[in-house]
Order: sequence, then C-alpha cells, then structure tokens
Amino acid sequence: MTLASLNLWVIAPEILLSTVACLVLLIDLFMPADQRPGVGYPLTLVALLGAGMASLMGLDNGSITALNELVISDGVGSVLKAGTGIGAAGVLVYSQEYARARGLWRAEYLVLILFAVVGMMTMIGANHLLTLYIGLELLALCLYSMIGMQKDSVRAAEAAMKYFVLGALASGILLYGMSLLYGLTGSLSLAELASSSGALAPTNLPLLTAVVLIVAGLLFKLGVVPFHMWVPDVYDGSATSTTLFLSSVPKLAAFAIMLRLLAYGLGDWVTAWQDMLAIAAVLSISVGNVVAIAQTSIKRMLGYSTISHMGFLLLGFLGGNIHGYSASLSYVVIYTVITLGAFGIILLLSRPQFESDALNDLKGLNHRRPGLAFLMLIVMFSLAGVPPTAGFFAKLLVLQAAFENGFVWTVIVAVVMAVVGAFYYLRVVKLMYFDLPDEDGQVVSSPELQRGSHAVRWVLTVNVLSLVLIVPWIGNLVDWLTRTLEGFGRL
Amino acid sequence: MIPLSHYLVVGALLFAISVVGIFINRKNLVIILMAIELLLLAANMNFVAFSYYLGDLSGQVFVFFILTVAAAEAAVGLAILIVLFRTRRSINVQDLDRLQG
Repeated sequence: MTLASLNLWVIAPEILLSTVACLVLLIDLFMPADQRPGVGYPLTLVALLGAGMASLMGLDNGSITALNELVISDGVGSVLKAGTGIGAAGVLVYSQEYARARGLWRAEYLVLILFAVVGMMTMIGANHLLTLYIGLELLALCLYSMIGMQKDSVRAAEAAMKYFVLGALASGILLYGMSLLYGLTGSLSLAELASSSGALAPTNLPLLTAVVLIVAGLLFKLGVVPFHMWVPDVYDGSATSTTLFLSSVPKLAAFAIMLRLLAYGLGDWVTAWQDMLAIAAVLSISVGNVVAIAQTSIKRMLGYSTISHMGFLLLGFLGGNIHGYSASLSYVVIYTVITLGAFGIILLLSRPQFESDALNDLKGLNHRRPGLAFLMLIVMFSLAGVPPTAGFFAKLLVLQAAFENGFVWTVIVAVVMAVVGAFYYLRVVKLMYFDLPDEDGQVVSSPELQRGSHAVRWVLTVNVLSLVLIVPWIGNLVDWLTRTLEGFGRL
Repeated sequence: MIPLSHYLVVGALLFAISVVGIFINRKNLVIILMAIELLLLAANMNFVAFSYYLGDLSGQVFVFFILTVAAAEAAVGLAILIVLFRTRRSINVQDLDRLQG
C-alpha cells in the first residue's frame, strides 16, 4: 500500500478544515488580543468557502473510494459537502454580530464550527460504519459544546444537558444496532452490507431488531416524532446564533446518513424499515404542525416546524428508490436555505439586550423595517409551501414521490397537516403586516434599529430572494440534483 | 468454551440496565452519565464477541474508536454538568424544568 493508493485528495476539504481549525486555535494563543478578531474570522470564512468549492470538484468523477474504502466521493456527496461548507460560512456571517454582543465570539466558537463541519463532511462521505459513527459523534460533541458555551445562561445549560443526554442515548442505540448488524453480516463496510443482503430475509428477527435500533437512533438524530422531545427545548434554550447553526446545515448531514445507511447499506431490506418511516413521518407532520400553533416563541415555533419538515423529508425515503431520494435531496437543500434565512432575520432583529424571539416582537414589523418584513414574508410562505416559492416545489416533489410509491394515506394526512401548518406561518405574516407594535415594545423606541452591516444584509437578501427567483429554473435545479444521484448505489 | 450467546446476553443486559437507568432515574445527573457509558460498553461487548467468533479483527478496531469517543463524550458531559451546577446549584434531574419540554 502506498500513500497514493489512499486517494487522499478525496478528503482534501476535511484536511483543509482540520488544519485551519488548529491554526485558529494557535492564533488565539499567540497573537495579541487586539489583532485576533481580524484574523480568525476571515480565515475561517475563507476555509469554509474553499472547502465547499473544493468538494464540488469531485462532482463529475463518478464514485471513488479512498482510505481503504472507508470514505467515498460521489456526486451527491460532493453537492452535500459543498452545501455544508457554504452554509456554515453563511451561518458565520449571520451570527457574527449577535455572538460578539453576547461574548460568544471567541476562537473556540470558530473552532467548534470548523470541527462540526469536518464531522458533517465525514458523515456525508462515509462508506463504512466506522466513519459514519465518528463523523456523527464529532458533529454531536461540537454542537453540545456550542450550546454549553453560553456559560451564564441557565436555559442554555439546561438545553445543552438535555441535548447531550438524548443525543448520547441515540448514538448508543444506533451503535448497538450496528453491532448486531456486524454480527449478522460479518462486515462493517456499507458496500459489503449492501451486497450481503441475499443471505438474510427482511423478516429475519435478529435483522429486524438491528434495523429497529438503527432506525430509532437515526430518527432521534433527525428529531422526528416519537423521538422529538429535545428539538423545541434545544432550539429555544440555545443562543439564536447556535440555533441557526444546529437547525440548518446539520440537516444536510442527517439526510446523508439516512441515504448512506438506510438507502444504501440497508437498501435491499427496504420492506423492513419503510413502514416504520411512514408512521414516523405521519406522526411527525401531524404533531409538529399542530403543536406549533400553541407556541408564543418564534424559536420554539420553528423547532416544531422543523419536526414537521423532517417528517416531509422522510416521505421521500418511503419507496426506497432513486426517484424518492432525489425528491428528498431537493427538499433538504431548499429547507436548509429557508432556515438560514429565517434565523438570519431573527438574528438581525435582536440587539445586545434584546432577543426578539417572541412572536409578539414581530408585531408591526412592516412599519419599522419593511424590507425585513418582506423577507420574513417570503420565508414564511416558503416554510408553509405557498406556490410561488421554492418551498412549494420541494413539498410537491416529496408528496409526489410518496404517492407514486403507493403511500396514498400518508400523502393525504401530510397535505391536510400542511394546511393546518399554514395557519401559524401566516399568523406571523398577520402580526407583521396588520398588527401594531405593543405599547411596551422596546423595539419601537430604539434608536439603533438600523443594525446589521451592509454585507450581512446583502447576504441575507440574496439568500431569501433566491427562494423566489429560483422558481423559473426550479426544474433545472431538481434535474441537476437528481443527476448527482445517478451513480448512487453502484460501484 | 463459552458460547457466543452468553456474551450477547451480557451485552443485552448492560443495554437494558443503561436505558432503564436513563429513563427511570429522577435523582442525579451523574447517574445518567454513568448509564450512557454503560450503553457504549454494551455495544463494545457485542462488537468484541462477534469479532472473536467471526474471526474478523475490524470489530475490535471499532471498539478502540468507541472507547475514544466515550472518553470525549464523558469530558463534554461533565463540562456541561459543571456549567449546569454553577448556574443552578443543583444537579437534580427534576430541577431541569426551565424549558417546558
């Protein structure tokens, strides 16, 4: 074995990000305190964008394995890796001002984001249960620490603890399922798992046990009913900049782990897991949309909205075919862009002593900041799936995929619940456009309303408007994403 | 020679004890951290047993990685516990009620 046979260039983005993470830590140690902020942040931003662009280079190379088949580079992996890199750069741009005002903007914050992105990329490129698990844990440990970094906040500490206990339980269950799978098939490689399916029937009891444990672990990580308890608490308790990070980019990695483990590794046993996913999807869409109505905090409301959106994401997996996976891929990409916009607006509205996370804080936003109110309108329409936005096409694709695979009842429930969900998204629009600000609302009298540097506002505007402007070309986008899945599952 | 099933039963017992320990425990967060460690050890038990009986080393290599991750997880978990104790002066599970979950 030579160094060249390891194909190290496949993990070039991960190597780049790990190196920069170490550099940022060293800079923080040795550079005088007044020069630090000017170096660490741009360096991290450039590294994230560079890693994102670098992973796009693997797009047309077909499926290539590296590091003795531990990792794989293929079309869908390249797109998702690019999405995580660029998305995390967006997160940094949005959260900089907010985190700085709250004393969170330290080198450790950047390092944790960088390592979390390395973890996500490892998950996305995993071709082996070992890499899958290591990537998952690297991401999760970084997220726990980021929430816990807000040391003076009682709510953040509680959110971190809840997330930690439930997250560790989920990875433990997943790991136990993996160990059973290893015993049954004698292999840890996803490719060998996929090809060893002939030996075991999908009704084999030990196999079903392993699949149930693995699916339960994955659903925990996705935050799908009945394993959703942590989502609203963690969204609500964390600093908004951390919520922005953990609600957006890791969803791409969550999609990737479903794709690698269920769709590829356990792909031939689709009958063993599709009913479980169907039930989880229906429950998730129903509970998420109904409970969100009762919320008074935007962050909590978006937490429940995430639960329902993850249910929609599962709809694409039900059929166990490429058509459905590509619908889910489009869904998760569009959803990530929407979430970045949603929390970006909330971050822009908050100020050093004011969180702007209650629904009533949005009252009369149109009178104060018509531009931001309009962007929020687009985001809410996208989340609800109102036609002239990308969110509508995303929902349409997954519903269509589930319908064609024969899950008619699932689709009917999902559509009814999507209508129920439209209520609370449109309530936000009503608050912004038709209500007047509260008397005691400190938002009204504040002299520093025009916050956010020009760059941040431009990025946010482009991010949100892209949800509408992409619509004439939405077919091309979906075709392009579908093509990245072409070589999937065949090596 | 001890048959494979004996090891698997021990692993399953460890798994059950730790899950019960996480859900039934209403007293102390440290016990939850211990239960999480036990959960990972249950998986390790299975991996090593299967690895030996299959004559395949990769399962044992996986265990080394799990042990490392378990150490990192314990470090992060205890750090969060300390933050929690500083802000709240308690590590009682029932006191975790600030977020209505």
